[in-house]
Amino acid sequence: MRVGVIGFQGAVSEHMEMVDAVLGRGSAVAVRSAEDLEGVSAAIIPGGESTTIGGLMRSSGVFNKLRELGKKGLPLWGTCTGMILLAKKGDEQTKRTGELLGLMDMKVRRNAFGRQKESFEEKLQVKGIGKFPCVFIRAPAADEVYGKCKAIARFEGRIVAAEQDNFLATAFHPELSGDLRFHRYFLGKL
Amino acid sequence: MKRGTKTLKEGFARMQKGGVIMDVVTPKQARIAEKAGAVAVMALHAVPADIRAKGGVARMADPAVIKQIMGAVTIPVMAKVRIGHFAEAQIIEELGVDMIDESEVLTPADEEFHIDKKKFKIPFVCGARNLGEALRRIDEGAAMIRTKGEPGTGDVAEAVRHVRQVGREIDELVSVKKHRGMLRSKAEEYGVPFGLVEKTANIGRLPVVNFAAGGIATPADAALMMQLGVDGIFVGSGIFKSSNPEKYARAIVEATRSYDKPAVVLKVSRGIGDAMPGISTKNMPDSQKMQLRSR
Repeated sequence: MRVGVIGFQGAVSEHMEMVDAVLGRGSAVAVRSAEDLEGVSAAIIPGGESTTIGGLMRSSGVFNKLRELGKKGLPLWGTCTGMILLAKKGDEQTKRTGELLGLMDMKVRRNAFGRQKESFEEKLQVKGIGKFPCVFIRAPAADEVYGKCKAIARFEGRIVAAEQDNFLATAFHPELSGDLRFHRYFLGKL
Repeated sequence: MKRGTKTLKEGFARMQKGGVIMDVVTPKQARIAEKAGAVAVMALHAVPADIRAKGGVARMADPAVIKQIMGAVTIPVMAKVRIGHFAEAQIIEELGVDMIDESEVLTPADEEFHIDKKKFKIPFVCGARNLGEALRRIDEGAAMIRTKGEPGTGDVAEAVRHVRQVGREIDELVSVKKHRGMLRSKAEEYGVPFGLVEKTANIGRLPVVNFAAGGIATPADAALMMQLGVDGIFVGSGIFKSSNPEKYARAIVEATRSYDKPAVVLKVSRGIGDAMPGISTKNMPDSQKMQLRSR
């Protein structure tokens, strides 16, 4: 079984190491072209700069392919930037990110907690997982979820993790926490 | 809630991996960089080539201009401070900048000590020519390392030298990792704790994100450095001293992403105008080398 990690920019190797730790060595593959997505059982969009990752996904064809596979039921998980890209709607800042994949019924806000000075770590209750050490780095958040999308974690009234069928979104970075439970949870969808 | 932790500082640097960080001196340049796909911009009062040409004392940029740059883009904004000038760093942190570059491009304020970076909530990046320098900066709290190269020259040779030097010294550590005595003497030689040397030997790379900087001027330079194993690219004068900054910026971003695909690097290298005028570092006197300003 192979799990694709969108591999243009950001915390790519960190996610790959966590996937390998759960499923065994060599399970994670870096995706840098639409062809790299052939035959993957799930995909992760890592954190990084949303404008950069979004742009490179679009110019490489990964963007359209991922949307098509997502609609067909491929499990997709977006962390931080990935959460923004999975959303249907975004705030004013999100417009600079360009077109979103638009797969999850939520409205996101970029840099919802401020700049790096305001980045923080906090243990939060996550539905289906329990107390989890969450690492927020210039993190986004969802202002609202609607339709089939459900909030699974909140912080100070903001939605920081959400789930909708085969899609999972987290504003924080489980790949930096040293805790495999979130990766196990997502890969449990396979 | 915890803020300013090692995880948050080093995590921020991890989010930059695979990206290009561009030097900018105005909000307009910052917007060009963002539009071209830069992962962050570095605010300074003049690009390294101009600092080199002008001489005199180079200091941190005007906080008012940095603030305008922060307002102009949504990507992270970094700023340079003089080596050892912790008061400049305090001002930059207060301003809300996302990362500080304690940089040899500016005139060093302290010939003996670097900034105690652990005292700050925001992360630092520092330059290094060899493993000893890199580990000393990490021990002081740097969350990210970059090669020093030779800034403002457009000559990539020094950046190549530094990345190879660090790689060679890490290989040496890896080869003796079972011999605690040898690691201990390396730690003594570098002036850093044993644990840091041991960790580096065990993982076989620097324990923080490592970028290339100092002389990168073309898409091919970026592809070269990425193939030599760095995590990303800083471009100083290379963009806004080229004949067409928009095209150059986009081409360097694209070459950094597709560094191992010559067909793509070829495509983006065509018809983008002239690179910045260069200065060879080969016969440059030591007194003009910015890389020798700290160790």
